[in-house]
Amino acid sequence: MAILLLADHDGSHLSDQTAKTLTAATKIGGDVHVLVAGAGAKAAADQAAKLSGVAKVLVAEDTSLANNLAEPLAALIVSLAGSYDTILAAATSVGKNVLPRVAALLDVVQVSEITEVVSSDTFKRPIYAGNAIQTVQTSEAKKVITVRTASFASASEGGSASVETIAAVANPGLSTFVADALSSSDRPELTSAKIIISGGRALGSAEKFKEVILPVADKLGAAVGASRAAVDAGYAPNDWQVGQTGKVVAPDLYIACGISGAIQHLAGMKDSKVIVAINKDEEAPIFQVADYGLVADLFEALPEMERAS
Amino acid sequence: MKILVTVKRVVDYNVKIRVKADGSGVELANVKMSMNPFDEISVEEALRLKEAGKADEVVVVSVGPAKAEETLRTALAMGADRAILVETEDQVEPLAVAKIVKGVAEVEQPGLIIVGKQAIDDDSNQTGQMLSALLGWAQGTFASKVEIGDGKAPESTARVTREVDGGLQTIDIKLPAVVTTDLRLNEPRYASLPNIMKAKKKPLDKKSPADFGVDTTARLKVLKTEEPEGRKAGIKVKSVAELVEKLKVEAGVL
Ligand SMILES: Cc1cc2nc3c(=O)[nH]c(=O)nc-3n(C[C@H](O)[C@H](O)[C@H](O)COP(=O)(O)OP(=O)(O)OC[C@H]3O[C@@H](n4cnc5c(N)ncnc54)[C@H](O)[C@@H]3O)c2cc1C
Ligand SMILES: Cc1cc2nc3c(=O)[nH]c(=O)nc-3n(C[C@H](O)[C@H](O)[C@H](O)COP(=O)(O)OP(=O)(O)OC[C@H]3O[C@@H](n4cnc5c(N)ncnc54)[C@H](O)[C@@H]3O)c2cc1C
Repeated sequence: MAILLLADHDGSHLSDQTAKTLTAATKIGGDVHVLVAGAGAKAAADQAAKLSGVAKVLVAEDTSLANNLAEPLAALIVSLAGSYDTILAAATSVGKNVLPRVAALLDVVQVSEITEVVSSDTFKRPIYAGNAIQTVQTSEAKKVITVRTASFASASEGGSASVETIAAVANPGLSTFVADALSSSDRPELTSAKIIISGGRALGSAEKFKEVILPVADKLGAAVGASRAAVDAGYAPNDWQVGQTGKVVAPDLYIACGISGAIQHLAGMKDSKVIVAINKDEEAPIFQVADYGLVADLFEALPEMERAS
Repeated sequence: MKILVTVKRVVDYNVKIRVKADGSGVELANVKMSMNPFDEISVEEALRLKEAGKADEVVVVSVGPAKAEETLRTALAMGADRAILVETEDQVEPLAVAKIVKGVAEVEQPGLIIVGKQAIDDDSNQTGQMLSALLGWAQGTFASKVEIGDGKAPESTARVTREVDGGLQTIDIKLPAVVTTDLRLNEPRYASLPNIMKAKKKPLDKKSPADFGVDTTARLKVLKTEEPEGRKAGIKVKSVAELVEKLKVEAGVL
């Protein structure tokens, strides 16, 4: 049987999350069909068709699918489920929203945020903020799985799958889209960036966050992250939060500035290749996971770093 | 309108958990337990809706061992009116929790169910979405704002602002609905001593999964639980210049 993979896209671009989820799908094994759903989904579908390992792309275009509302998207996936024994999505805010709904409608349990495919029915997943790793086996008729993309490399391009248009299903009409307030930025996205610089409570204000963190980010071509404390205090927007209950990232270089290193924060970044911590308290727990630690006042160190790099 | 709130007893978020040496799970004996932090946010939101006159009763429900009564009493001390404990010693998977809470909802007929976005032990982030699917209701997940009938949203809908990967999304959902709470929704109150005393006398009903015809046998098999690969502390550098040099030459990441 085949695998249905829900694509992550914004209408015009297929996000890198899809290519990473595809790597997990390939490890599970079977023909992979990518579902691209949206009001306009053709461009993203064409990009999905080029990914190596995709057997077929299904495009469903309908206004009811425009904003990734859970109910119509889940209804669409459930209508296709008969032909698949595995349904996969990246553990993005879209995947996390819709896939458990699909699982419940199919009366199967979901395996959340897998970080490793052990075999076609056995997976590893972190629990307790990554302080324990469970190996779970599912014997469900249909496997519904979300994938923690930070743990998988992107599948390469070079494929030429066929693209097939499919019909949307009736909209359950339970919710309506009102507005998006999306942050726009020329900086790389957190979940695909090679370098991330994050700021914590120590920044003290939104102004200081901008003044001290952003110039270094721009110099290094880095994405910007934040601790929960910085987001709660309004120094940084919610979509910058890294951690157990925010985004999970694994860049080549993660620079934590004025972040103490609470387990909930570490859960989101401890798989980064190289970790740098800048903190004025030499006892801060963040130093226990840092490859390079600098005990310093970040308000002095960061401007210096901008000049030096 | 009645609001139903789910609360789960979990290992306190400050506890550094330990994996059992035999790989059979996580050491839970003599560990401090608390209400899942997202559920505190859910209880607070329900209370605020009641205080604003949008709801007339707040009922809290937990699925878990007898000790989950403590967690329910905490919610009652915060201000919830009534509690239901669906008692089981099993580790109940999100799908079964959702089926049980659906059963409770069919009896209680709430206009809104508030569920935490994720439990900080199992980190599944499933239960609310599953519950909403089983009831055939709308879902407003990862909410950082919930507005009901304040002119902006038409009657019988809730306007929910959601924390999504790119920022915020606002949607209107038809009531009854399931909302799951995110961190920025509110700051939960602490229970005062007099309210903790009062909570001891508030009604708490005990039920079993069988009362709702739900089989709680686990469908996922946990083969083993292990420690994650550790990360060793590296070195301390003395200056920014040394740091940049190391990142360029030694680590090759700049
Ligand atoms: C349910 C729940 C979920 C959570 N989820 C997350 C999550 O996803 N992500 C997350 O990050 N947190 C999360 N947390 C919060 C977490 O427990 C911590 O409270 C938070 O990470 C602390 O943020 P911080 O390190 O910025 O602040 P603090 O812990 O206050 O640390 C500030 C640090 O800055 C240093 N400092 C101060 N001034 C300077 C200076 N001038 N120069 C250099 N260093 C300085 C201090 O020494 C200190 O180490 C969660 C908590 C709960 C209960
Ligand atoms: C074989 C097996 C072994 C397990 N071992 C352990 C273990 O050692 N320790 C452990 O703590 N868990 C263990 N679990 C997990 C456990 O029972 C989880 O509580 C369950 O899978 C729900 O996942 P979650 O809480 O992460 O759901 P989520 O979907 O993340 O929870 C979201 C929200 O749903 C609501 N909710 C979830 N569960 C309940 C509940 N029981 N009552 C009321 N509301 C609820 C809460 O509002 C919560 O905020 C085990 C599970 C299995 C199958």
